Amino acid sequence: MTMLHTVNKSPFERNTLASCLGHAKSGSAILLIEDGVFAAVKGTAHEDTVRGAVADHKVFVLGPDLLARGMRPEQVIEGISVVDYGGFVDLTEQHDKVQAWV
Amino acid sequence: MSEPWEEEGPGTIKKFMYVNRKAPYGTIYALESLEVVLIAAAFEQDVSMAFLDDGVYQLKKGQDTQGIGMKNFSPTYRALEGYDVEKLYVEAESLAERGLSEDDLLVPVEVMGREALAELMDEQDVILSF
Repeated sequence: MTMLHTVNKSPFERNTLASCLGHAKSGSAILLIEDGVFAAVKGTAHEDTVRGAVADHKVFVLGPDLLARGMRPEQVIEGISVVDYGGFVDLTEQHDKVQAWV
Repeated sequence: MSEPWEEEGPGTIKKFMYVNRKAPYGTIYALESLEVVLIAAAFEQDVSMAFLDDGVYQLKKGQDTQGIGMKNFSPTYRALEGYDVEKLYVEAESLAERGLSEDDLLVPVEVMGREALAELMDEQDVILSF
């Protein structure tokens, strides 16, 4: 079974991302959305954690949520793929289950 | 004939601080804070706004909300000056944790350390948290 995890909370405000990473099996996909996109940006206090996640998981970030918050795709940590809403739909279709870490 | 509220004179001016700790768009707090500040500006109090924790993201330059179908309210921060809301304080530690600097902000602010901000909070008559 393949799982898609979505994370919609800022890593600075909640432990949602940490909890997701603690439970996501190796090779599963993680999509950062809404305030979760702050984790994808280079230069934050969470960068090392997220780089570790990229080594073990397929990590995606929702582009429109990044742009809304004033962040550009170039600022995203290497190895994270920026997707649009169509990409979000594709990810849900490609995986057997979605687990939303809200 | 003057209105009753005009007869009371200027009254006591209190120090009001609006403390902003949430990122924009993910929740309604940031927008609600702005709305309250703009309404309260009519009461001619000594108003300041503090931005700390994820609240510093509210002032990030270059917000483009077309893709999420929400109103980009970030230009409103530049209009605050016109309502005599000129004291905007941003916590240095919060910026640093997020890889941000003063240059990333869309409006002139005073960046200060956590301790100085704590002092400032202590001096307020009223603190409103968002």
